[in-house]
Amino acid sequence: MSQGILVFIEQRNGQIRKASLEALCEAQKHEALSGGKVSAVIIGENIKALADQVGKYKPSKIILVDGPEFGAYSAEAYTAALAEAVQKVSPKFVFAAQTSMAKDFLPRAAARCDAPVISDVMSFVVDGDKLGPVRPMYSGKCFGQYEINSPLAFITVRPNVFPIAEEDAAFKPEIEELAVKPENIRAKVVETHKAEGQKVELSEASIVVAGGRGIKGPENWGVLQDLCDVLGAALAASRAVVDAGWIDHQHQVGQTGKVVSPQLYIACGISGAIQHLAGMSSSKIIVAINKDPEAPIFKHATYGVVGDLMEVIPKLTAEVKALNNN
Amino acid sequence: MKIAVCVKSVPDTEAKIAIGADKNNIELTGVRFITSPFDEFAIEEALKLKEKNGGETTVISVGSKEVTDVLRDSLARGIDSAVHVDDPDLTWLDPLSTAKVLAAAIKDGGYDLILCGQQGVGGDNGQVPSILAELLDLPHVTNIIKLEVDGTKFKAEREIEGAHEFVEGTLPAVLSAQKGLNEPRYPSIKGVMAARRKEIAVKNAEALGIKGQVGGDNRKVTIKLMTMPPVREQGRRLDGDVDQQVKTLVGLLRSEAHVL
Ligand SMILES: Cc1cc2nc3c(=O)[nH]c(=O)nc-3n(C[C@H](O)[C@H](O)[C@H](O)COP(=O)(O)OP(=O)(O)OC[C@H]3O[C@@H](n4cnc5c(N)ncnc54)[C@H](O)[C@@H]3O)c2cc1C
Ligand SMILES: Nc1ncnc2c1ncn2[C@@H]1O[C@H](COP(=O)(O)O)[C@@H](O)[C@H]1O
Repeated sequence: MSQGILVFIEQRNGQIRKASLEALCEAQKHEALSGGKVSAVIIGENIKALADQVGKYKPSKIILVDGPEFGAYSAEAYTAALAEAVQKVSPKFVFAAQTSMAKDFLPRAAARCDAPVISDVMSFVVDGDKLGPVRPMYSGKCFGQYEINSPLAFITVRPNVFPIAEEDAAFKPEIEELAVKPENIRAKVVETHKAEGQKVELSEASIVVAGGRGIKGPENWGVLQDLCDVLGAALAASRAVVDAGWIDHQHQVGQTGKVVSPQLYIACGISGAIQHLAGMSSSKIIVAINKDPEAPIFKHATYGVVGDLMEVIPKLTAEVKALNNN
Repeated sequence: MKIAVCVKSVPDTEAKIAIGADKNNIELTGVRFITSPFDEFAIEEALKLKEKNGGETTVISVGSKEVTDVLRDSLARGIDSAVHVDDPDLTWLDPLSTAKVLAAAIKDGGYDLILCGQQGVGGDNGQVPSILAELLDLPHVTNIIKLEVDGTKFKAEREIEGAHEFVEGTLPAVLSAQKGLNEPRYPSIKGVMAARRKEIAVKNAEALGIKGQVGGDNRKVTIKLMTMPPVREQGRRLDGDVDQQVKTLVGLLRSEAHVL
């Protein structure tokens, strides 16, 4: 009988993804319904020390798959590791955060277990012992509540949507090491280049400042970056300015870019096209700064400022700075 | 080089989405279907690889009659042949089922490369490519923005959070395309004319040897209920000149929204 929930905890270079902890804490809320316990699995090389960090969030057990094969990421190696952990625990659900790593290998691992994946979940409807994950579809124009007809299902949750519970440093989960020998690794990461310029990772940022065609030219990014700096925000962009070559695609938010759900999204000189909204409409608070009072973005904004962004943003930066200094 | 491209026909991204009468899917009447935008990058990459290395390109799509136009569009861009998997048993498939159908259609084709889009716009699942790779027992890389092929080796670049990753691997492989991989060409008039005369091979579940195994009650997930997103409260347009608006904004972000 499959029961319980196994949570995939992602780490890169020994850094645990915050979104993975969100997935872990959300899994705990559904522990009773799963009929078993919540456990976590960490995959990588020299990762044993990470168990303490994850243990504070109270999984009953942490499985460590540690070995040189898992140093550089490879979808095939990670699939082998996760599938073996699943076999070991025999859970009812596997939870993970919807990150680029999970997008890459989780469906493959699920297929190895002949299980379905429901990706990018933003909420759950619970009906007795049935879990109904709800996810945005059609670029957020509607939501689908899913029904699971499988003893095992994989679920990925959208980063920044579910809260992280308080830690309990005294909690000591059971630690188990699982030896996995992946064979047949035919594709693997050979190099990683850190993107320049982004101080805060976009998909995990709690504040995002985004610029569109209204910024007039790439020479004006500095004005937005100053605001980012005082807010500790990540810099984002509309497709129009990415296509114009003013900024790297890494920064693009929307249907063909990243999906973000920060606490605060400040759209500067962005008209609010449906494809842009697809990437940011789940933000908690949306501020629009636009000189056109009729811009569609205002319909979606919690607070709207009508004005020239070249005038508004420096003033906003100064005001926040004054607040920070108080 | 033999390349298969999996293309999905999806509702036009500009389409207004309404929920159907059964409340478990969207209303499709009157909706225009297009090639999923990410699949256009996969098609373009296949054409470029063929121009460089020679070979043969095939598009494959699973779906009902709305798929025909999408396949014709691929042919018009220069793809050599098209396969349409059409079967009433194979509708409203979940990604695992779709991948099983595609695997059955692809497995004996002798392809060196299978290209997909990173996600089918609309369903936004982003799952089929890596499931397909598992079912075909091939390596895969998703979300690629650059590809170099050299004999049976490839190198692909992909975006991850805050960095770019470079993946090396061997062919045959399944790769999924992200925006940035290339600039898709438009079909030429000549291409459109030629595409009209080309035959589209139609296959059903029986022909693929998967009758009764995929779709319908075999689906492991179904959509139970579709809802429209919660309506955002009508936002507040701040009053006054820029100085006043900025002051009000910071005040509200702090004391009302609690985000500062
Ligand atoms: C298949 C498809 C996928 C797409 N995917 C994406 C996507 O992922 N992300 C995305 O963003 N778009 C996407 N788009 C494009 C989208 O439709 C819009 O074209 C794009 O979002 C517009 O960008 P923008 O708002 O920066 O530019 P515009 O629409 O040109 O808007 C500029 C805004 O700036 C304002 N402005 C100008 N000057 C100033 C000033 N001095 N001060 C203040 N405001 C000013 C203007 O009033 C205007 O509202 C996609 C389109 C398609 C067809
Ligand atoms: N019905 C289908 N027919 C052919 N290819 C598909 C189909 N569904 C998905 N794909 C391929 O898989 C990719 C990812 O789709 P998805 O997992 O549905 O988001 C698409 O961009 C296509 O390349």
